Amino acid sequence: MLTYIIRRILYAVPIVIGVNVLTAVLFFYVNTPDDMARKTLGEKNVTPAAIENWKRDHGYNLPTFLNAKETGVSTVTQTIFFQKSVPLLWFDFGRSDRNNIDIGGEIKKRMWASLAVSIPMFLIGILIDLTFAMILAYYRGTYLDIWGVVLAVIMMSVSTLFYIIGGQFVLGKVLKMFPVSGYDTGLYSVKFVILPVIIGIIGGIGVGVRFYRTVFLEEINKDYIRTARAKGLSEARVLFKHALKNAMIPVLTNVVVSIPFLFYGSLIMETFFAIPGLGNFTIDAIQSQDFAIVRSMVYLGSILYIIGLILTDISYTLVDPRVRFE
Amino acid sequence: MSTPVIQVKDLKTYFQTPKGVAKAVDGVSFEIPKGGTFALVGESGCGKSVTALSLIQLVPEPAGYIAGGEILLNGRDIAGLTEREKRAIRGNKISMIFQEPMTSLNPVFTIGDQIMETIRLHQRKTSAEARTLAMEMFGKVGLPNPESLINEYPHRLSGGMRQRVMIAIALSCKPDLLIADEPTTALDVTIQDQIIELIREVKESTGTAILLITHNLALVYRNAGTVGVMYAGKIVELTATKNLFRNPMHPYTVKLLRSIPGGEKRGKALDTISGTVPPATSYPAGCHFSGRCPREMEGCASVYPELTERAAGHTVACHLHDPEFMAGGNSKPLRHEPDALPPLTAPYAEREVLLDVRALKTHYPVRKGLFKKITGFVKAVDGIDLTVRKGATLALVGESGCGKTTAGKSIIQLIRPTAGEILFKGSDLARMDERTIKPFRSLIQIIFQDPYSSLNPRLMIKDTIEEGIKVLKPGLGKAERERKITEVLDRVGLTPDMMYRYPHEFSGGQRQRIGIARALAVDPEFIVCDEAVSALDVSVQAQILNLLKSIQRDFGLSFLFITHDLSVVEYIADEVAVMYDGKIVERNSTVEIFSNPVHDYTKKLLAAIPKIDEELVKLWKLPGK
Repeated sequence: MLTYIIRRILYAVPIVIGVNVLTAVLFFYVNTPDDMARKTLGEKNVTPAAIENWKRDHGYNLPTFLNAKETGVSTVTQTIFFQKSVPLLWFDFGRSDRNNIDIGGEIKKRMWASLAVSIPMFLIGILIDLTFAMILAYYRGTYLDIWGVVLAVIMMSVSTLFYIIGGQFVLGKVLKMFPVSGYDTGLYSVKFVILPVIIGIIGGIGVGVRFYRTVFLEEINKDYIRTARAKGLSEARVLFKHALKNAMIPVLTNVVVSIPFLFYGSLIMETFFAIPGLGNFTIDAIQSQDFAIVRSMVYLGSILYIIGLILTDISYTLVDPRVRFE
Repeated sequence: MSTPVIQVKDLKTYFQTPKGVAKAVDGVSFEIPKGGTFALVGESGCGKSVTALSLIQLVPEPAGYIAGGEILLNGRDIAGLTEREKRAIRGNKISMIFQEPMTSLNPVFTIGDQIMETIRLHQRKTSAEARTLAMEMFGKVGLPNPESLINEYPHRLSGGMRQRVMIAIALSCKPDLLIADEPTTALDVTIQDQIIELIREVKESTGTAILLITHNLALVYRNAGTVGVMYAGKIVELTATKNLFRNPMHPYTVKLLRSIPGGEKRGKALDTISGTVPPATSYPAGCHFSGRCPREMEGCASVYPELTERAAGHTVACHLHDPEFMAGGNSKPLRHEPDALPPLTAPYAEREVLLDVRALKTHYPVRKGLFKKITGFVKAVDGIDLTVRKGATLALVGESGCGKTTAGKSIIQLIRPTAGEILFKGSDLARMDERTIKPFRSLIQIIFQDPYSSLNPRLMIKDTIEEGIKVLKPGLGKAERERKITEVLDRVGLTPDMMYRYPHEFSGGQRQRIGIARALAVDPEFIVCDEAVSALDVSVQAQILNLLKSIQRDFGLSFLFITHDLSVVEYIADEVAVMYDGKIVERNSTVEIFSNPVHDYTKKLLAAIPKIDEELVKLWKLPGK
């Protein structure tokens, strides 16, 4: 087991380095520091001297990957890539281009707001989706099942924006049950979090229920389910004991990979509800053309995805006895 | 006489389908006494398994339902019970084992959990007592080390061991009736023999009645007391096993029996049944076998022949045995197939060597540890020598895991062998690269086992066949390719218009014909048949074997027949090589192998095949003049 995890993490090392290089190419080569300076200083009426000043102030006045003017190790270290991108490997995100704030510190501060919304949304959401999916699978082929699937398809076809705006209007403005948007610190945040959580869950129900129902139905037609029935077990026992544990295997792939992203929050939800989380942070950075923050968040997203994949592989070995570690 | 354990009276199980009501079981009656074995035989889709599921009250709802009849368990009708009462019977009074031991156990629970679940459901036992009983049952079914096995997951067990676990679960509550639905079909021949022996022991020691469902007639001959031959939802012949095999009376039974391959039929065509089982939504009004019957008469399709006793203890549903019907005006023959089978011999004069395999080795590396270092090799094929002669068939036999499929794939270079020579017409295929081997690819073809998964479902038959011609015969133009496809489809007994259809529109037998057509389309000289007839019903298998024999005769083809089915080998092969653990343990002509096996393993294999006595085979004649 331990060897397996170590090997899995070792496999991730070259991928992380590759992601780092690709991010650098995207942000320093495709989109050069000159472009960044121009976008920040205004496209028109900008003098070459102003661009050079901006680049020097923000540390972009070096060659991208190789510095021919230097000798020895410095040819590699005195570059934008080494100064700006390589430190990401040990999560040193540097400072933002615009307000010179510490990006790492900001991420640490803001992720709690993201988690306050995403964790309850994730956990309660899965529980509700699984429950509805099991009910539909139990009553498969009946009108309840058919109309349940129709409803799920309708719900997944409606845009998330509709749920957000509709929810804010009905539950927030008309019924005055929750504040429409905003955030507070500590326990005071609870009343601000409830509305986005409810809306997030409703928005995801269609896709979730439909997917989990399909997974359950696939398991229900397996041979071992027939064996379980032939033993004289009740349908509920067959479904909740024998089918559920097997259905967890495909469910896990879908779910575990997204766990690290809970830190990241949701771009749209956080913007609409004015939650000061990482999603909001990213959107603001995009709007203000702060490439240092955007680059950090893109890189962080890739890293979280890689962690998600590793966690998925490890969780397989826990639920499926057929997966071996060798 | 005491009450039979189970009495089935006029059972009807129907399914609601978009095409109308499918009468899967359409009025079936039989009974099984305590300690008796009743066998239901027939082709796939005849309603055997649905009958079994009806008895254990597991017809798939809501589409399927019991439309009529009675099922009496120890004299008590169980069809009308509540779901709760039915559950108390399932797994307790009536239990069932299935065809697929590999998938019939839940992969995420230990086998101990799975047997104890049944025990605690039906018996008042503490978990410690259930555990003791579980281990006792494992011991009874011949599983080694019950104490450690009880904590194992199913994937750690072989197919034969899993079937033993299934039997242990089924017997743990001492059922009155054990339903065995094709219990050995998916297993190796020696394991089959052990499982059948185990079921027999159980029956003798406990008096459990057994319903055996199988298409293997030799198995029935060896094990069942009474047989019901089922065809299209009805039992068409019902009698003691010895009567059935001595004097089969229904034309369907005779046809079925004569389609079994075996040594005594070498050089002759196997008997086949034309057409397919009619769909359960549209049976003929009269005899369901009308339309396929070799001795059909004018009234057969309209008048239903009732199941009637026509000889002592021998009931049959056929007008040919009804003196009244035969005297009437409906008995004018519509069809009269000759009784004698046509000869089908491949010319065996040319004996020059086509393929010579010398010291072939295919090893797979085993990797372990943090850095996946190679720690050893699986010697799948470990130095085998084979010779295939022109126009002849060499059978490579052995149990699963012995390396025979790897050997076949290595010979045709689908897998690169580790060492050895493969001399095809004098050239060594093992030394060639992708470019130099290309001219040989069209001469060497393969036909796979599973006709369902080996055709691409998204490609029309024409495209599947044409793909091979395009690659291997690039000189041919579009019109020539199409002519070739028409020609090969016609040769394998399909019509040319079928080339525009997709695989799902064909039956298993037809798909295997398509597989043969695909191989034939590039003018091969040598075909590897990897378990090519193993997945087919015996009647369909006979058609495909006849087809293979006739194309061998017409094109002078050589076959390497990879199989575990020895009765097929005895029928079709000229020479046999027996493989065990990556090595060839015995090589000889078929006649020699079957009459004087030398190696112990060969002897063991031969002893394990259930056989029907040869003198009986000669008695199987179609009824009527």
